[in-house]
Order: sequence, then C-alpha cells, then structure tokens
Amino acid sequence: MRSYATIALVVALLALVPFVTASNVVLNFMVVALLIALVGQGWNVLGGYGGQYSFGHAAFFGTGAYVTAILQVRYGVNAWIGLAIGVAAGALVGAVIGALSFRSGLRGSYFALVTLAFAEVLRVIASVAPITGAGVGTLIKLDLRPEAFQFQSRAPFYWIILAFVAISLLLVQRIEKSRFGAYLVAVRENEDAARAVGIDVFRVKLAAMTLSAAITAAGGCFYAQYFLFLDAGIAYGPWISVEALLAPIIGGIGTVFGPLLGALVVKSLGEATKLVTGDAPGLDLVIYGGVLVLVVAFAPRGTAGLFESARKLLRRRERTHA
Amino acid sequence: MPDMLRVENVSCRFGGLLALDRAAFFVEQGQIVALVGPNGAGKTTLFSIITGFLAPNSGRVLYQGDDITGIPPHALARRGIARTFQIAQPFAGLTVRENIAVGAHLLRRARVDALAAAETVAQEVGLAPMLDLPAASLTVAGRKRLELARALAIEPKLLLLDEVLAGLNPSELRDMMPVIRAIHDRGITIVLIEHVMQAVMSLAKHVFVLAEGHMIAMGSPQAIASDARVIEAYLGHGAAQRMRGAPHG
Repeated sequence: MRSYATIALVVALLALVPFVTASNVVLNFMVVALLIALVGQGWNVLGGYGGQYSFGHAAFFGTGAYVTAILQVRYGVNAWIGLAIGVAAGALVGAVIGALSFRSGLRGSYFALVTLAFAEVLRVIASVAPITGAGVGTLIKLDLRPEAFQFQSRAPFYWIILAFVAISLLLVQRIEKSRFGAYLVAVRENEDAARAVGIDVFRVKLAAMTLSAAITAAGGCFYAQYFLFLDAGIAYGPWISVEALLAPIIGGIGTVFGPLLGALVVKSLGEATKLVTGDAPGLDLVIYGGVLVLVVAFAPRGTAGLFESARKLLRRRERTHA
Repeated sequence: MPDMLRVENVSCRFGGLLALDRAAFFVEQGQIVALVGPNGAGKTTLFSIITGFLAPNSGRVLYQGDDITGIPPHALARRGIARTFQIAQPFAGLTVRENIAVGAHLLRRARVDALAAAETVAQEVGLAPMLDLPAASLTVAGRKRLELARALAIEPKLLLLDEVLAGLNPSELRDMMPVIRAIHDRGITIVLIEHVMQAVMSLAKHVFVLAEGHMIAMGSPQAIASDARVIEAYLGHGAAQRMRGAPHG
C-alpha cells in the first residue's frame, strides 16, 4: 500500500506545477519530460523487468502517432477515439514483432538489432507511403477544442500527459506485485530455470512486449496531438528509441519510478547543455552518451539505485554514531 | 497402474556423438531410483529429454502412461514433473524467498500466497535462515538447496534431481540426506543422478547404470556394486577380472 501512496504523492505534487508557474518554457519542458517518462515506462516493462532490450521502440511510438493523426486527417475520426485505436495499433505491432522475434528465439543483441531493423523499415515505408504524407509529413488541423484533444494553453496537455504517466506508474507497480511480474523477472534472470518451474517463456515475453508497445504508443498519440505535426523521422526515427531506453537506464532499470526520474534527469541535462553551449546541434546527444557511460559504469541501477545506496550509507553511519 | 515414468528406447545424437543409444528405464510410483554412470554417459541428456528441454531423435517418454515426448518443459512442470539443474541456475538477482516464490506461483496466483508457500518450502530444505539473502550470495551447498526448494515449490509428483549432492562436504551431505528422504516420505517419486555412492546406496531402492548412452545394468544398489559390467564401465576393460583376482586386504 505504501508504494501506491508514494505514487499518489508524486503525481499530486507534479499536478501542482501549472499553479506554481505559468511559464510556457517550463510547462513545455515538463510536458516533454513526462512524455519521455511515459515512453520510457513502456520500454521499462519489456527491458527493465523482462530483460529484453529493444532498440526499436520508435516502431510503437510512430505507429501510435501516425494512426491517431491519419485517422483524424484522412478519415475524420475523433482524436480521442484515434488515441484508443492508436494505442491498440501500437500493441498489435508490438505483438507481431514480438511473436516473430521470440518465436525465432532471438535474445540479447540479436533481439535489439531486429527491433531496430523493424523500426527502420517502418521509417522508410512512412517516408515514401502516400498515406503518411511521405516526405511532406502529416499536419493535424488546428481545432482548439477539448473534444478534439487540443487545448489553448499548455496546462491541460500537461495534466493529460501526467495522467498517462500516473496510469503507467500504477500499472507497473501492480505488475511488480503480481504473478506476471514475478514471471517476467524470472525470465530476465534465467530462462531455463523459468521453464523448469512451469513458466511459458514465449507467452510471458509476448505479453510484456504487447503491453510495452501499448504504453509507448500512447506516448506517440500524445505527441501527435501536442505538436500537430509528424514526419517519418520524428515518428519512427531512432531519437525516440534512444530516449525510450535512456530514461529508464539512467533513472533505474526495472524500477517503478526509474523512467520518470531518468526522463527528468536526461531532459534537464539536455536543457542545461543548450544553455551553456547555445544551440550547437548534436551536443546534447554527446552529453547523453557520456552520462550513459557514467551510469552504466558507476551506477548500474541508475539514479534510483544511487538514492538507495545513499540511504543505506546514511543509515549505517547513524548506527555507528549511535 | 502404469509406471510413474517409463523411457523407451530413447536415442539422442549431437552431430557425430550418439549421447543416448536406445536407453530405457522406468520408475514406479513412490520409488527413489538412482541413475548412475561415468561422466559423459548421457545422464543429464536423459533428464533433459524427460523434462522436455531436449527432443530425442527416436524413442518415447511415458509419464503416468501418457506419451509426453516433445511436450515443452513448462507444460510438463504443470503436469507435475520438476527438475533441478546440475549447475545451479538461480534467479541470481532475486532473494532466496523470491526465487522459491517463482516456483510457488505455479499453483498460486496471489503474490502473498506464493511468498508464504516459499517460506514453508524453505523450512523443509533448511533454507529458512537465508530467505532474505540474494541468491547470488549462497554457497554451493546453499545453491543446491535452492535448486531443490524451487523444484519442490511447484509441488511435483515426480522430482528429477541432477547431482544435488555433488560438491557437498561430509557434514552438508549428512544434513541433506534426511531432507531428500523426507520429500520421498511425502509421496513424491524421485529420480537421482548421483556420483556420491554413499548416498545412492542409502537412498535408492533401485539403480540404473548408464554408460556411453546404453543402459548397461539395473538392480538393487548392492547387486549393482558388484556387477562386472558396471565395474568395467567405471574402471576400464578387464578391471572386474583383475579385482576378482587380486588378493583381499
């Protein structure tokens, strides 16, 4: 129960941000950070808990984004319904890629490469297919009504993405305490041992990948509504695959709050870099790379792990002083 | 009543190596049976085939009268076949309690129930004091116990133990034997792969000897120990005759 209370507290505090500041810069920063937290939480379900490192979560993000956008632009479907269909489409793509790669027994770097390949194939298709607007991209018409999932100010967008993040936090917390979660972690730790105690490894991985894809696709749908523009490089580009894995790894892989923490750290670093260097293109990526190396080398359990170690250290010190 | 387990003419080939050559054996319900043989005889391969980790090239495996050849491991675990691994395979990042709970989840959906069941099983195999330690920190003896505990947690009818006694020192061995006997007394049928002859002699009613993929002998532990074919398999051609000829004392 305490873990749910922590989630409620964190979400409640974050919900206050628009009351504290009306600055569009701050709100925009927070919206993007929460978006990355959501996408990263999707990656975390499969990669953090299940140990299947995907390098192609763009495939799900882009599918969610394009399905939402195309349904509105070409078929006049309501944006909220588009959101639901976008999430379902993302989940379907996840299930198909998952079934193909897990059925062929791909693990580790082979799995990572195959997911990357699928995302790239989708990117290439999206950059030539007429339905996506090919090279021109897809523009969602401005329609500033809540029914159309568009808002005048940034605050409602912020609360909506916060709600998405809150749902993902609750979901992952629930998984962590469930049989499915125990099986997922068992598969990550040792597949043969998992089989021997009756775990259908293929099904567990497939379920994790489908859920993971659905969460990440929700992020894609939100992106489409927030920025109202998509092209192949945005929707299916490697940038989002990288952000999706960077946030949980830096924040704390396989933990409930890892992706959120990591997204805030990564995005803050990115902004700080921009402040210092101006807008030198690509420099933020260099910083990301450096941070990633440092985290993997010195804090393999991420920022969350660092907090944990610090707390233990303090407790030990208290005990020796007492 | 059909036998608990019956292996019929199972052959298994790895490239040029015939690991099992029409091997056959059977286990009646409620027995402890030992499977012995020199290194490389094919014992672990046979276990892997019985538990579905490997598919045989020919032959079949019957479990309680049903043909289970080719059924995947997880489905067999659900039908009551549990195994341990010769080289312990813990979920290294988890605690002992969590490790055992993964097994207990097979019959229990709720996390609390699985964790509670894990504690009971840990007590049975003597892991209770280590419940909250990370599995990676266990000694060899601890890991063997954990293998046993996790297999027990799925509440099997048939338990296949692959060298759970190997690598234990004499006092650990003394502690472990009653544990296995107690599991057997609960009505669980056990097949042991074991090199520790002292254990085989005192636990098993029936012994099968595998050498170079063939089942070369079967019988009571005492009969096996003096069987000429068995002595030759372990000590080389002609050894039995030399032993018989050698003066005693």
